[in-house]
Amino acid sequence: MSWLGAKFHSRTLRTAFHALRRNVMRSALTTLGIIIGVAAVIAMMEIGNGSSKAIQKSIASMGADNVIVMPGTAASGGVSFGGGSAMTLTPEDGDAIQRECPAARAVAPLARARTQVVYGNKNWVPLFIYGTSPSYLDVRDWSDLAEGDSFTDQDVRNASKVCLLGQTLVRELFGGASPIGQEVRVKNVAFKVVGVLGPKGANMMGMDQDDILIAPWTTIKRRVAGSSLANVNQSAGNAAAGATPAVNTLSDIYPGQPSLYPIPSDVQAADTPLPVRFQNVDTIMVAAQSPAEIPVAIRQITQLLHERHRIKPGEPDDFNIRDMTEMTRAMSSTTSLMTNLLLCVALISLVVGGVGIMNIMLVSVTERTREIGLRMAVGARARDILRQFLVEAIVLCVLGGALGIAFGRGGSLLVRALLHWPTELSVGAIFAAVIVSVSVGVIFGYYPAWKASRLDPIEALRYE
Amino acid sequence: MELIKLEDIYKTYHLGEIDVPVLKGVSLSVARGEMVALMGASGSGKTTLMNILGCLDRASTGRYWLDGQEISGLSSDELANLRNQKIGFVFQTFNLLPRTSALENVMMPLSYTPQGLPAREVRERCAALLQRVGLDDRMDHEPSQLSGGQQQRVAIARALVNRPPLLFADEPTGNLDSRTSEEILQMFGQLNAEEGITIILVTHDAGIARHAQRVIHIHDGMIEDGTGADEPQGAQAPRAAPGAQPPRRPEASP
Repeated sequence: MSWLGAKFHSRTLRTAFHALRRNVMRSALTTLGIIIGVAAVIAMMEIGNGSSKAIQKSIASMGADNVIVMPGTAASGGVSFGGGSAMTLTPEDGDAIQRECPAARAVAPLARARTQVVYGNKNWVPLFIYGTSPSYLDVRDWSDLAEGDSFTDQDVRNASKVCLLGQTLVRELFGGASPIGQEVRVKNVAFKVVGVLGPKGANMMGMDQDDILIAPWTTIKRRVAGSSLANVNQSAGNAAAGATPAVNTLSDIYPGQPSLYPIPSDVQAADTPLPVRFQNVDTIMVAAQSPAEIPVAIRQITQLLHERHRIKPGEPDDFNIRDMTEMTRAMSSTTSLMTNLLLCVALISLVVGGVGIMNIMLVSVTERTREIGLRMAVGARARDILRQFLVEAIVLCVLGGALGIAFGRGGSLLVRALLHWPTELSVGAIFAAVIVSVSVGVIFGYYPAWKASRLDPIEALRYE
Repeated sequence: MELIKLEDIYKTYHLGEIDVPVLKGVSLSVARGEMVALMGASGSGKTTLMNILGCLDRASTGRYWLDGQEISGLSSDELANLRNQKIGFVFQTFNLLPRTSALENVMMPLSYTPQGLPAREVRERCAALLQRVGLDDRMDHEPSQLSGGQQQRVAIARALVNRPPLLFADEPTGNLDSRTSEEILQMFGQLNAEEGITIILVTHDAGIARHAQRVIHIHDGMIEDGTGADEPQGAQAPRAAPGAQPPRRPEASP
């Protein structure tokens, strides 16, 4: 039975192809609507996908893919010192995150300071003085320097007195002149300017991100800030101040905890007079592989820091992780808005194509009235006629859909090659186009086919 | 044995408020193997009768047996199947599919037979039929490349493709010149004599009707009494029994 059906369908399909071939020009023009519709869908979706990728990327450069790891809260005798006041994050934590969290693309430790920067007879207090590593530029998507070069990891290890300046700071201190090679003084420490950052503008809070000085975190930590947040966190500052500033011991930060580093024996210490420096950083900035991977990155970082800080299950964390939820939400709503908009345009063009198909099929039914009458006279049942015209419409739509996919792909490749717009292959759009073009064939082919099947064979045969 | 038997067929068209009776009690029978001409002026109900005989239309009242099967109560799908299996049509205007080869035109009715034939057999049967009508060298020609007579031959081959016992020819020579008409009519005669196919020629031309063994005149929706007078060459009419005495009831069917 089923093979009989299959045979029947292959027969119908052959008849349909034959009928369409009899009028190639009209068939081609009929499908043109569907071709354009589907091609528009595909090209739109690919260009749209590409654009939204590009938008995502530019939003990501605003920091949407950033995760900020902050130390926990220090408290003393019931007095809390606010978020970030404990000194629990080390640059080694940053290195470990970079090493062991696959969802993290780049990691930069951050030490902050706020003080005056002096050049010649001019001075300025920048919004941000960041001590960090060169990967900070990567994290913030800021690698295009306006002038000069970034400092290096070597500079970080050596605590070199070098710095990068933001555009605002350059304008305030140097006017129009190039600052490269000049020295600016920060708390009486002379920093040599090695590069100028590209313009970044204000951030989402309206703060001027170009009002910044970036230097190796070691330099800021040891030569400028002295001790982190000393003026904010009295107790922590005092605790740090109580110990030797350069060589902190863990016992000051984790009282009563086992030492993080094995304490070298006297002999070892004598043999390797390496100063083991424990230094905290104010923040660790992490860029996730993509904004979508932020939750994964947060999970991996949390787990890693639990291990590194030996936090048992149930104990409160000594760190906080923040992400740019607001920004991420804005981004996803932008993207979905864009996709829906494109979908509307595409649907409209497909409906127009479908109406075109219906129009031509109706003409075709009228024109082929005698043929229909003849077919009925030689034994075609109403449903045979219905099926024949329906299959013709579907064949037209499927062929149109296939050509449309080809043209759409070609068009988006062309746009990419000639206009350099970003495009992105959309498999979903291709599937949707196929499904929609078949449905258009069924929906808009049904009425003409039904009309054909309702013809009276006698009148159809006499139709002039 | 009777292939066709009509009993008291009435056909009335309803045009709005007015009823137009077209057939007013037609009874006739045609034996298997007969070649009959159906004659009448236009408006006489000739075409309506042919449509009813050809199962394209249904009578308002009356009964119709085709090949021993009462068909008045059949559904339109069953009628379609009947047309496919038992009746071949030849039209005045040939009605070939344009831009389609002669062979494919002949193959067309086979695509509506319920029991599909294998593609190779379809081809062979159609090629043989085209050969039978003398067009074996024109199989791949399209209707526009064929003369009128050739087109009508293709149409005859198409009508025969399902080996029907009954062939209707509706003014088959109306669009042909006299010489070609003669050829076509000869072919009908041949088919009737050699294959035993029952042929009904519908025409208004007495010259064509002369090729038939019996002529049925229809006038004003009734069969005219033409029992013997118009039988041109009734030598081998299998059954002399007249099929049509409109006002009277026909003999009881067997």
